[in-house]
Amino acid sequence: MAKPAQINPSSPAMEVRTPPQEESPSKLAAPAKWVDDRIGLAKLLGNIRKIFPDHWSFLLGEIALYSFVILLITGIFLTIWFKPSMTEVEYAGTYQLMRGVPMSEAFASTLSLSFDIRGGLLVRQIHHWAAMLFVAAMTAHMLRVFFTGAFRKPRELNWLIGVGLLSIGLIEGFAGYSLPDDLLSGTGLRFVDGLVRSIPLIGTWAEFFVFGGEFPGDLIIPRLYMVHILLVPGLLLGLISAHMALLVYHKHTQWPGPGRTQRNIQGYPFFPIYVAKAGGFFFIVFAVTILMGAFMQINPVWIFGPYNPAQVTAGSQPDWYMGFVEGAIRIIPNWEWHLWGTTWSWNIFLPGVGLMGLLFTSLALYPFIEAWITGDTSEHHLLDRPRNAPVRTGLGVAGMAAYGMFWLSGGNDILATQFHVSLNAVTYFMRAAVFVVPVLAFIVTKRICLSLQRADRDRVLHGSESGVIVRSPDGGYSEAHQPLSQGEAYTLTRHPQPAALVPNGKKVGRLRQRLSHWYAAGQVPKPTAAEIAEAAHHAAVEDGHDAPALEGGDSGDTP
Amino acid sequence: MTSPASAPRPRQSLRRHRAARPVLLALSLFLVGAVYAAVAPATTSSADGAADAQLIAQGKDLFAVNCASCHGLNAEGLAQQGAPALTNVGAAAVDFQVRTGRMPMGNPYAQAVGKQNTFTDDEINALATYVGSLGSGPKVPGEDQYNPDGLSAEDVARGGDLFRTNCSACHNFKGAGGALPNGFVAPSIEKTDPAQIWEAMRTGPGQMPVFAAGAIPDEDVKAVIAYVQQVNATPSAGLTLGGIGPVAEGFWAWVVGIGSLVLAAVWIATRGARA
Repeated sequence: MAKPAQINPSSPAMEVRTPPQEESPSKLAAPAKWVDDRIGLAKLLGNIRKIFPDHWSFLLGEIALYSFVILLITGIFLTIWFKPSMTEVEYAGTYQLMRGVPMSEAFASTLSLSFDIRGGLLVRQIHHWAAMLFVAAMTAHMLRVFFTGAFRKPRELNWLIGVGLLSIGLIEGFAGYSLPDDLLSGTGLRFVDGLVRSIPLIGTWAEFFVFGGEFPGDLIIPRLYMVHILLVPGLLLGLISAHMALLVYHKHTQWPGPGRTQRNIQGYPFFPIYVAKAGGFFFIVFAVTILMGAFMQINPVWIFGPYNPAQVTAGSQPDWYMGFVEGAIRIIPNWEWHLWGTTWSWNIFLPGVGLMGLLFTSLALYPFIEAWITGDTSEHHLLDRPRNAPVRTGLGVAGMAAYGMFWLSGGNDILATQFHVSLNAVTYFMRAAVFVVPVLAFIVTKRICLSLQRADRDRVLHGSESGVIVRSPDGGYSEAHQPLSQGEAYTLTRHPQPAALVPNGKKVGRLRQRLSHWYAAGQVPKPTAAEIAEAAHHAAVEDGHDAPALEGGDSGDTP
Repeated sequence: MTSPASAPRPRQSLRRHRAARPVLLALSLFLVGAVYAAVAPATTSSADGAADAQLIAQGKDLFAVNCASCHGLNAEGLAQQGAPALTNVGAAAVDFQVRTGRMPMGNPYAQAVGKQNTFTDDEINALATYVGSLGSGPKVPGEDQYNPDGLSAEDVARGGDLFRTNCSACHNFKGAGGALPNGFVAPSIEKTDPAQIWEAMRTGPGQMPVFAAGAIPDEDVKAVIAYVQQVNATPSAGLTLGGIGPVAEGFWAWVVGIGSLVLAAVWIATRGARA
C-alpha cells in the first residue's frame, strides 16, 4: 500500500511571491545591466574614457597589433587545408609544371591551397604580406620608443616585453616561411641546421634534437607547424596582452607641450574618439594587406619548386627580418678551428647565433645601461625629442646603420646584379662598412642633434624668421623676427638636460663618471629665463638681429 | 675441340705457311683501320662540296677581319689577350657567341655580354662553318634537337626538376639570372631563344659549364627549354617585383606597406576629433 505523500499546506512553493521591484532600466540599458550584473561589465569598462595622446608615431604599434589580428584570421583559413606532413607524394594536381614531380605533402597541399581552393592564393599572399608588415611595424614601433626615450622608468619592463615580442616574432615568421617546404623554405632550414650545428660542444646533439635525426628528416615540418600555429602565437597573444595591460596601467607617454606635465595626459578619450580612430585604422591596415596580397606576388612557391636537398637557387634569401643574419654569414671570413678531430665553425656561430644574441641582449639591456650612465632614477611620462638626447639618438642611428649594413650584405648578390658591381667588391666593402658606417652615423647624428639644439635655442631667443628684410635708417639690413608664442617657447625649453655625474667613491666609479660625462657633454645649454627676458628686451630695442645667443653653446661640443 | 695431334694435316700446314703471319698482320691492320674509320668522329664537316669550300673561304675572310686580332689568324688563340683557341670549340659555339652579340666583344677584360648582333645569318653561317672545319666540337643544332613543341606535361615538369638541379643555382629559379664571383653574372634566360639555350648548354660559354650530350641528352635539353618558356609564360599572382625572391619582397613591404600605413597614421593623427 502506497502512502499518500504528505503535503505541507504552508510550503513556500505554494506561496505567491512577486519579484522584487527594481528600477526598470530603459530598453537600451537593459542588456547592459544584464551583463553587468553577471560579469561586472561596468568595472571592466572603467577605462573606457581613458585618455590617449594623439600623434602619428603612436600608431606604429597599432599597425603591428592589427597585422597580428589579420595573421590570426588568415592563418585559421590556411590551416583548414594545409597538411603539415613530409610524406612524399607524386603531384597530380592542376598546376601542370609540377605534374608527376615528387614532393612532400606539405608542398603539395600548399600548391592545392594556391590553385584549387577558392581565394586560397589571395589569403596566402595576404598572410605573408601581413607577416612582413607585422615584424616591420614592430621594428618601427620599437625605434619610435627608443628615440623618444619612452623606455625609461617606469616602462622598462614593457620595453623588455617588446624585445621579447620582436624576437619571438622572428621565430614565428621563420617557422611560417619554412612550412610550405618549397626550395627556399628548405634552403632556409638548411641554413638554420648549420646554425644549430655550429654551436660549440652541443651543436650536433642540438641538431639531432631539433630535426629528430639528420637533416632534413621527416619531423621538422610537423614540429614547426606546432610552433607556428600553437606555441608562438600563444606566447605572442600572452605577451601582447601584458604589453597592452601595462600600457593602460602606465598611461601613454606624450610629447612635451603647453599644459602637458609628468602628471597629466592630454588627448582624446578611448571611447568614442579612439574607438573610431583605432577601429578605422584596423580597416585601413586590413585594406592595405588585402591590396598588397591582390596586386603584389609574394613567395611564389610553385616557381621555387619543392625542396630537394640537391638543389639550390640563385637569390635564396630569407624574409627581410632574417636578412641581417644572412648578411653577417655572407660576409664573415672563413674562420674555423680544427682541433683534435673536431670542427669549431666560428664562421657560422659568430654571425648567426652571436649576432642575434648581441642584438637582442643589447636591446634588452639598453634602458638599464642608460639609467646607470645618467644616474636618472626619476619617472618619465613626457617624451624626449630625439635631438635633446644626442648620444642616445646617435647610438640608435649607429645601431640602425650596423643593422642596415648587415641587412644589405644579405642581398649582396642582388646588389651585384641590380647595380652591376662585383659580388666580391660588395662583400669586401661590407666587411669594413659594418664597422665604419655605424661610427660615422653616430658622429653625424650627434652633430645634427646638436645643431638642432642650437637652432632651437636660436629660435627661442630670436623668435621665428619672418622673411621680412628691414632697412635701418643708417643703411643696415636685417631680418625682422617675430616672437614665439609662449607655448612654443615652453615646448622648446622644458626638457631637462642631463649633467655629468661627479665621482663619488664606490657608487660612481671612474668608468661610470666618464661615460656619464660622454653622455652629457656638448649639449647646447637651453636658454635661461634671464636670457630669454634679456633677448626679448633686446629685440624690443634693437630689432633683435644680434641678440646674445650662442656663446655658451659653442664651446662644449667640439670633440 | 680436337687436339692438334688428331687434326687434319692440310689445315695445320696452312697455318704454318710462311705467308701466314704477314697476311694475318695485314688483315688485322686493315680491320683496325676499318673499325677506326667507322667509329672515329669526322674531322671535316660532312658536306665537303664546292659550296662548303666557298663558305669556309668566306668564313675565313670574315674571321680574319673580325676575330683574328684576338683569337689569332689561325684561331690558335692569344694568351696575352685572354682569347682562347677556337680550333675545337665547334660551330655551335660560334653561332651562339656571334648571334647573341657576345663576339666580337667590346672589352676583352670583362665578361662577354649579349648585345645587338651586327652580322647577317649568312655571315654567321660562314664563320661557324669555318671555325667548325678547324677541328671537332658541337655543330649548329637542327630544330629537332631543341624545339620543345609536343612534349607532355610530365616531360615539362621533369624539365623543371632538371632546371632546378642544374641551372637555378646560377640562373635563379625562373631564369632571371644571378651573381657569380668576381664580377661575373649569370644572365637572364627568361627570353632566350631555344637554339641558344641548347648551344650554351653544349658549349659552355664564359663561366658556364658544358652540359654534354652524355649527361643531358637532347630530349632533356628540350624539356628544360620547355620548362623555362612555360614557367615564364605562366600568369603571376600580381606584380612579380622582378622575380628575384625575398629581397625585393622585403623592400616593397617596407616601402609600400609601412610607407602607406605611416601616411594613413599621419592622416588619422592630424584629423584630431570633430565631436
